[in-house]
Amino acid sequence: MQQILKGKAFVYGANIDTDQIYPGRFLDLTDPDQVGKHAMEGADPNFVKEVQPGDLIVASTNFGCGSSREHAAVTLKAAGVGAILADSYGRIFYRNAINLGVPLLVCPGIGQKVKRGDSLSLDMTTGTVTNLSSGETMQAQPLSEYVMNILASGGIKPLIKQQYGQG
Amino acid sequence: MHAIEKILAKAAGKAAVTTGEIVNCKVDMAGINDLYLQTLRSFFEMGGKKVHDPNKIVVFLDHYAPASTIMQADNQKQFREFCWEQGIDLLMDVDQGVCHQVMVDKGLVYPGQVLVITDSHTTIHGAFGAFGTGVGATDLAIIMVTGQLWFRIPEIIRIHLEGTLPQGVYAKDIILKVIGALGADYGVYRGVEFTGPVLKQLSVSERMALCNMTTELGAKTAYIQPDEITLQFLQGKVQHEYEIFTTDPGYQYAAEHTFDVTGMTPQIAAPHSVDNVAPVARYAGIPVNQAFLGTCTGGRAEDLAIAAKILQGKKINPRTRFIVVPASKAVLLEAMANGTMKTLVEAGATFVTPGCAACLGTHEGMLAAGETCITASSRNFPGRMGSPKAEIYLGSPAAVAAAALTGKIVDPTEYLKQG
Repeated sequence: MQQILKGKAFVYGANIDTDQIYPGRFLDLTDPDQVGKHAMEGADPNFVKEVQPGDLIVASTNFGCGSSREHAAVTLKAAGVGAILADSYGRIFYRNAINLGVPLLVCPGIGQKVKRGDSLSLDMTTGTVTNLSSGETMQAQPLSEYVMNILASGGIKPLIKQQYGQG
Repeated sequence: MHAIEKILAKAAGKAAVTTGEIVNCKVDMAGINDLYLQTLRSFFEMGGKKVHDPNKIVVFLDHYAPASTIMQADNQKQFREFCWEQGIDLLMDVDQGVCHQVMVDKGLVYPGQVLVITDSHTTIHGAFGAFGTGVGATDLAIIMVTGQLWFRIPEIIRIHLEGTLPQGVYAKDIILKVIGALGADYGVYRGVEFTGPVLKQLSVSERMALCNMTTELGAKTAYIQPDEITLQFLQGKVQHEYEIFTTDPGYQYAAEHTFDVTGMTPQIAAPHSVDNVAPVARYAGIPVNQAFLGTCTGGRAEDLAIAAKILQGKKINPRTRFIVVPASKAVLLEAMANGTMKTLVEAGATFVTPGCAACLGTHEGMLAAGETCITASSRNFPGRMGSPKAEIYLGSPAAVAAAALTGKIVDPTEYLKQG
């Protein structure tokens, strides 16, 4: 896991649900590359055209609320999203993203302090977010040791494989 | 400790747990839905060969029942073959219905159970005093490999329901009112317990609707203390031994809210958020193209019977489609046996296969841009049932049936008084 993440911000409002992140009509796709082509399609059809590897998603409260579909985390990872910063998250989405090794941090009020296209820098060790476009800094809540361990391992799958893999 | 904490403590092999603690719990039953082939992929990616215990896994082919695309058919084929190879006998194929209703119909849910399904509405099983929670594919695959999963012990919120429920007002109206008052993210990471005298006025079916919709508060799990109504329902249905946990006197809830249902009117959640709630009068007169009755939220036998009461001997509005999806095969059989199905079909209903149908916007009742739907299901997110330019209103099964009849959103109580 990189310690400093830099990228362009894509900014969304409150209650962006998993149907907006990944519409239900594409749930039969299973290949991550295919799943990645529909990232954010319900909220922002231009997202996949504009996103570059390492870009960040910024949102208000309850990002990823709604269904349990892991596709919502898979699609953002496959689209190249480097990290997600929001006021709060839907709980299943939060677990899914961590399990896949996608960093997501709780950063109160960030939705009001960042504009689409701003360049952000995120220090994963300290949780400090710097808006390189405005010069403003914000503090995200540090991740628990449990979660950092999963992210540092590249997601939960390598951890489980190491511990329980049946050869 | 709270009963939920006691359930998790026992599953973790601990005498006590505290709020915020992360514990590894043995899972009594893990359910996988056909949307999530990723579960099997994650299982193999983590080095899985044989599942930890095939008797504690159930596979539901419910969201795509039956398959409408080649890819859906292929996903379901892979699930069937996995079950046969792994000795998983609890394969609920496309004839069975929505996972949650099937669990209940088959007697697989019981008080004190730790139940994890790849479906967000697994909170519904709090109606039986079980710990039910939804997870993603990889979390479920971890259970398949290890038999366990980690949980953070949640704060518990108490929602106390006072008063007497008026005729024509249902659990769906109560929970919409609660969500509207508290907000769609109020319950995130938390458990929600319902208490109070209103519970004695609610059947098991209605209690399920109440707990089901706590997911739309963001809740991790829901809970209703099992009582004589629960036990009477479970008697003869559940073979598994179970323990009923109770909350210690003096337990401190993270928050407590009281709602008095006396004089309450039917509630509607308007586009595009479940917490955008107002009394039905606010939206009365809005024309609807489709009325949708079904799902794990509002597709049980009682729900269909309410619709039949409203539509007995009548015809639906010719400009409105009325899609009816029994939640399960057992619900369909009951609706056939008691005449409900005949009444609804004669009134103009389109019956589709028991399952999730158009609730998740994949098939069987999709909406076009510019169309309006009223539904007894759980979500009105943009694009949830098809086009993101469709408008979805949530209401009780009675509100859906009354809209099918009149072609517009109306207060259903007046249609229940007639006949």
